[in-house]
Amino acid sequence: MKISRIAQLGAVAAIAALALSGCASNEAGGTTDPSASDAPALTGTLNGSGATSQQVAVQAWTAEFQGANPDVTVNYDPQGSGTGRESFQSGAVQFAGSDRAFKAEEIEAGPFDACVEGSDLVEIPAYVSPIAIAFNLEGVDSLDLDPATIAGIFAGTITNWNDPAIAATNDGVTLPDLAITPVHRSDKSGTTANFTDYLAQTAESVWTYGSVEEWPIQGGEAAQGTSGVVNAIKGGQGTIGYADHSQTADISSVNVQVGEEWVEPSAEGAAIALDASPLAEGRASTDLAYEIDRTTTEAGAYPVMLVSYLIGCVEYADADAAALVKGFFGTAISEAGQEAAAAAAGSAPISASLAEQSQAAVDAIK
Amino acid sequence: MSTTSAPTEPQAPDPLAPDPRGRAKQRPGDLWFSGSALFAGSMILATLAAVAFFLIIQSIPALGAGSDEASLISTNFWDYVWPLLFGTIWAAFLALLMAVPLSLGVALFITHYAPRRIAQGLGYVVDLLAAVPSVVFGLWGILVLAPAVQPVYAWLNQNMGWFPLFSGDVSATGRTIFTAAIVLAVMVVPIITAICREIFLQTPVLHEEAALALGATRWEMIRMAVLPFGRSGIVSASMLGLGRALGETMAVAMVLSATGTVTFQLFTSTNPSTIAANIALTFPEAFGTNINVLIATGLILFVVTFLVNAVARWIVNRRKEFSGAN
Repeated sequence: MKISRIAQLGAVAAIAALALSGCASNEAGGTTDPSASDAPALTGTLNGSGATSQQVAVQAWTAEFQGANPDVTVNYDPQGSGTGRESFQSGAVQFAGSDRAFKAEEIEAGPFDACVEGSDLVEIPAYVSPIAIAFNLEGVDSLDLDPATIAGIFAGTITNWNDPAIAATNDGVTLPDLAITPVHRSDKSGTTANFTDYLAQTAESVWTYGSVEEWPIQGGEAAQGTSGVVNAIKGGQGTIGYADHSQTADISSVNVQVGEEWVEPSAEGAAIALDASPLAEGRASTDLAYEIDRTTTEAGAYPVMLVSYLIGCVEYADADAAALVKGFFGTAISEAGQEAAAAAAGSAPISASLAEQSQAAVDAIK
Repeated sequence: MSTTSAPTEPQAPDPLAPDPRGRAKQRPGDLWFSGSALFAGSMILATLAAVAFFLIIQSIPALGAGSDEASLISTNFWDYVWPLLFGTIWAAFLALLMAVPLSLGVALFITHYAPRRIAQGLGYVVDLLAAVPSVVFGLWGILVLAPAVQPVYAWLNQNMGWFPLFSGDVSATGRTIFTAAIVLAVMVVPIITAICREIFLQTPVLHEEAALALGATRWEMIRMAVLPFGRSGIVSASMLGLGRALGETMAVAMVLSATGTVTFQLFTSTNPSTIAANIALTFPEAFGTNINVLIATGLILFVVTFLVNAVARWIVNRRKEFSGAN
């Protein structure tokens, strides 16, 4: 009896030792030797947090960056734009992903603990994605709608598919007598913010709620996440909703009126719309925050899109962090990085001129 | 019958006899076992107390917050939480309304009506239903159930729309609070059935046989002997099921089209959300005082579950003397 009991204890101890020794030693421990900023041998850990919209793209950029620099680990925590900006300000992370740039007052007030006192911010629009207005209506494959009509549908003032406002822009299309079910996001979302911004800018009199991250009206159908909205649209008849274009490939989308044309959602259109917009005024040259002009009449522009920024410091308190951020941002805006993000997330690769401007901003990081 | 005569008690305490007030000699194994049982019992209490403490501490900033501190709140906290509370209780009530009779029926069938082999197989299948993850139920709800019941809702809305519960603009996708309640009922049935099955098997066979001997039919026997005996167990099982229904997060978040309106209509797209689903949807992008607001709604849910359980226990305890348990 005694021998077997000792043997039992010994076995438990041996198994415990074996299991505990299997735990890998903690890799995260800050940066190690300071290497030259663009030498391929970067090492260390880079932490970022922020928008969920960019998550898939950031994963693609991380794969590219870590492939070129095997000793680097990039961690991105998709906690949401608000939390990302807060974490960046407190210095907990070295870069942030955000669906909106910092406001001028926020930059004035600070503090930005990851940066040197008084340093400017680097804000580059690395992720541009078109938002499709998709619908499911039997017998109708495409619709041309002007902003006022779209706003009316989503505000709940236009309630039936055979409404004269819809028929006016769709000659020759038989519209059924069916109630419209507008589908929106039930969770807080940058897609909602950008879509309502479009409605507010182009149809102010009809859409009076401004640009909001949470749907303001109590009507219509709510669904969770982009896939929820897409499934809700597919699951009903007479439904219409807004969702990231990459996931609406197999449902019909609305052609939006831009100037005199009807533009369908596309990655290129989103990039053109961004380029047609002015930069925000009164900002540092490295701060490429855009005031998106959704009323643009630029040919081929698709103004219903989402822009998400990568935010960092110009001058970092920690030189090693600067090297890593510079490398990561460089990968994100490089052609290879943008192609990888487009393949993974369906985003629009940024135009060459924007890439040049962004590169200049990234080069200033030190 | 012969009775053994007890030995006569000693008149004076015998110094060599063991002390009648003394304890039996405790061996180390006994101490170890009773100690760990005590530890386990107090761990449960300690965990519950720790959770309650965490909820209360984290909720305090939110209870008095206005719309400038927390962007989720438009007027005050109670206006924010009231529709969620209503939705939670309404969905759970509908779910239990459907689940409890069904579970009782299945449990009675398994214990009293089915042949042995079928009973075992059926019991196994019902337990398997409990192993399905809630997310899978959510997916099933959106992709299969909602499109399937939508025509039923449309028909009821058209032909019986005068009934307040069936009125309103019928949903085009079927993702309504009634569909969410059906999914919750399906998730709750295995829990209630498993416990009721065990309860019904515990009925004293003598009671059942006595009822049958007096000429009762099988259903009368169940009504006289099994159900009264198992009443407290049925309530316990329902409370466990209610706990799951009140706290179910992912399935409701995926299936329900939640717009925050407080309404009794069952078939419309505008439904109140539930507390747990709202936390799941809002937490990922919440920061600052908003997180406290969400935790405060969790505290409300905790308190409500507690109260419902207490009321149920009280109801059962009132009738304890009359239950077949005695």
